Amino acid sequence: MKSLSTRRRHPLAAFVVLALALAFAGTLFAAFLSPNSASADSGTSNAQAIANGKALYETSCSSCHGQNAEGSSYGPSLVGSGAAAVDFQVSTGRMPAQQPGAQIQKKAVLYTQEQIDEMAAYIDSLGGGPAVPDSSKYQVDDNLVQLGGVLFRTTCSQCHNFAGEGGALTDGKYAPSLTQTNPKAIYEAMLTGPQNMPNFPDTVISPMEKQAIISYIVTMRDEPNYGGAGLGRLGPTSEGLFIWTFGLIALLLFAVWIAAHTTKASAERVAKAKAATGAKGGKE
Amino acid sequence: MSTSTSNEEIVPTTLGGKASDYLDQRLGIAGAAKKNLRKIFPDHWSFMLGEVCLYSFIILLLSGIFLTLFFTPSMGEVTYNGSYTPLDGIKMSEAYASTLNISFDVRGGLLMRQIHHWAALVFVMGIMVHMLRIFFTGAFRKPRELNWLIGFTLFVLALLEGFAGYSLPDDLLSGTGLRIMQGIILSIPIVGTYLSYFFFGGLFPGHVLIPRLFTVHILLVPGIILALITAHLILVFYQKHTQWAGPGRTNENVVGLPLMPVYMAKAGGFFFVVFGFIALLGGLVSINPIWDYGPYVPTQITAGSQPDFYIGFFEGALRMMPNWEINAWGHTLSLNILIPAVVVPGILFTGLAIYPFFEAWVTGDKREHHILDRPRNMPTRTAIGVAGIVFYGIGWINGGNDLVATHFNLSVETITWVDRVLIFVGPVFGFWLTRRICFGLQRRDRDKVLHGRESGIITRSPEGQFSEIHTPLPQGDLHKLTAHDVHRPLTLTEVTDSNGVPAPKLRLAKLRARATRWYFGERVEKPTEEEYRQAISSGHH
Repeated sequence: MKSLSTRRRHPLAAFVVLALALAFAGTLFAAFLSPNSASADSGTSNAQAIANGKALYETSCSSCHGQNAEGSSYGPSLVGSGAAAVDFQVSTGRMPAQQPGAQIQKKAVLYTQEQIDEMAAYIDSLGGGPAVPDSSKYQVDDNLVQLGGVLFRTTCSQCHNFAGEGGALTDGKYAPSLTQTNPKAIYEAMLTGPQNMPNFPDTVISPMEKQAIISYIVTMRDEPNYGGAGLGRLGPTSEGLFIWTFGLIALLLFAVWIAAHTTKASAERVAKAKAATGAKGGKE
Repeated sequence: MSTSTSNEEIVPTTLGGKASDYLDQRLGIAGAAKKNLRKIFPDHWSFMLGEVCLYSFIILLLSGIFLTLFFTPSMGEVTYNGSYTPLDGIKMSEAYASTLNISFDVRGGLLMRQIHHWAALVFVMGIMVHMLRIFFTGAFRKPRELNWLIGFTLFVLALLEGFAGYSLPDDLLSGTGLRIMQGIILSIPIVGTYLSYFFFGGLFPGHVLIPRLFTVHILLVPGIILALITAHLILVFYQKHTQWAGPGRTNENVVGLPLMPVYMAKAGGFFFVVFGFIALLGGLVSINPIWDYGPYVPTQITAGSQPDFYIGFFEGALRMMPNWEINAWGHTLSLNILIPAVVVPGILFTGLAIYPFFEAWVTGDKREHHILDRPRNMPTRTAIGVAGIVFYGIGWINGGNDLVATHFNLSVETITWVDRVLIFVGPVFGFWLTRRICFGLQRRDRDKVLHGRESGIITRSPEGQFSEIHTPLPQGDLHKLTAHDVHRPLTLTEVTDSNGVPAPKLRLAKLRARATRWYFGERVEKPTEEEYRQAISSGHH
């Protein structure tokens, strides 16, 4: 095998070097600079938490939201967003954003809850805003399910569908499915109105009503489909699709089957006739 | 059946024989039975599509009767206290509450509701597929044009019946559908507002609509459907069934099997297959879970509000239409609703209804037809049918544009714009492509007749030439491939009379000539006898 140096003038050499350089830079980034490894000592005091949060913020949020969370053309200002917004966006894997688009997609969560709390503390220190709700606020209460249903159908189902399966919005945006969302995230979403969702502060939907809505969502999604297979709980469209695919094919197969099976006598007659014409055809 | 003659008295001994004899002596059924029980029906799977409609209608009647026993057609407000706890204590109409009761408290109620609803979908789907079969095989030609009209009316009534049934439970989707219906009524110029007030007995939603729809749904429309189905079947019986071309089958006979016992067994069996299938669906697959939708409240709405599939075209057309309105002299003409929901479906359905008459006018064909066309042998008709399917299909898909968007990560606007273009381009392309395919298939048929079928055996001649042996088709197949007529355009002869005065209705005649050229100007001739003999005698197959 020839040594590497003899191929240094190969037409593809430049590309190979470029690829190696990119891989090297990427590895370095992953090893030292990626958000996963952003080093921050876990402090116990609030000031320490804020400092740690600021460090995390500067590593992975500031490129879009600005050095002091003042916002830029890539991302809004976070001053006054509050801890709840940070907790929602980061703990559901929406932030840090992978790429801009009609809507920021969910992906794997990059931070521990502790780191998220530190970032939340930092954003909170900049200008307050809705706090992360206490777990008692989003506890499922069986007595609130009925009220929650009314509120859900009035304020939520128009985008999220009657069964919380999600739905389309304009320009490629969408209301996400609520079938897996944890109660805390639902509460924070109502409180902060992430992305395309309007926000519903406590003056619009009271904490008790928010709890009712969560109780309804959680109760309904845990319910069995009483009618059998749910077909995605998307309403009449999936029912129509089902009958025009599965239903039509099954009925046609039955029809073909029944039409193909005839009486023994006539089947024999047909076979005899075939044999006769076949024999004649052979003579020609 | 026993008959008594003057010479000898045959006394029936079996129970069936005794019963028949009893009836025969009183009603004289033996003569009618003798004639009709041996009635011949041809055998083909595509002739059973209409049966699916009939059977699902019977299932609809049976399950519907069960549901009426428990349904309360009232918009009176009640507080729900049944066993479905997520709606406990919620105010709702009696109609919705009684539907919840049917679903959760009446034994077998949910099964019956689901059987009823699945049967409805099968009914309308069956009608559509059956109608397409009739269209593409030319079974609507003389003498069956009137039966086509009856079938068409049944189709329209089925849509109406389905929509009324969808609206009755008064759930959130029902109410949303009715609200859209009200918008459509309001868009009708001049009389729209009056019609809406008449229809809803005042403002939307009012208090009379559900009781009125109930009467329409369980009495009026099913009564008419039942009567028309009867007329439809009597005509099929009287005019006899069409059949495919084949050896021994002519325009004057029907080759097949007798009603009794073969078709009785087949049709009876098929009824139970359809019933069993729908019952299985009703038991295993959820449909219209109204408890998930919640009661209708005019201020509420859900994402993914869609009608049942047969109203999907209307929904899609509404979603597709740009927001055009004309405001003049203090009145609004809502073209954004009027065109997609009234004008376009009006044209589409009128076209469907009058097509047999239109085709007869174009072909100038006044003969009776009892042998079906293979779709390829009427390329323009087939292409028109495909264009119609494409047009309808695109509207239909657009009715679910939001679900297409979420499931394929697209934007609703993109889908809508693509559909806006496709609804014009798609049918034209479908028309063109179908005609090309039909001509291609016809040429292939011609080739098969003249040169036989490729045997797969390659021979080498002494000169070294390779050729494949073609085996001639059996006589029966030759007949099937050449039994059709090749239509020619009508020629316009009388342009002027002897005095040079243009013939009356000249413009119409010219239009007709143009239409026939469009239909039959391009065609694939079937092999003549001479061509066939030549091909045989040249013997290179």
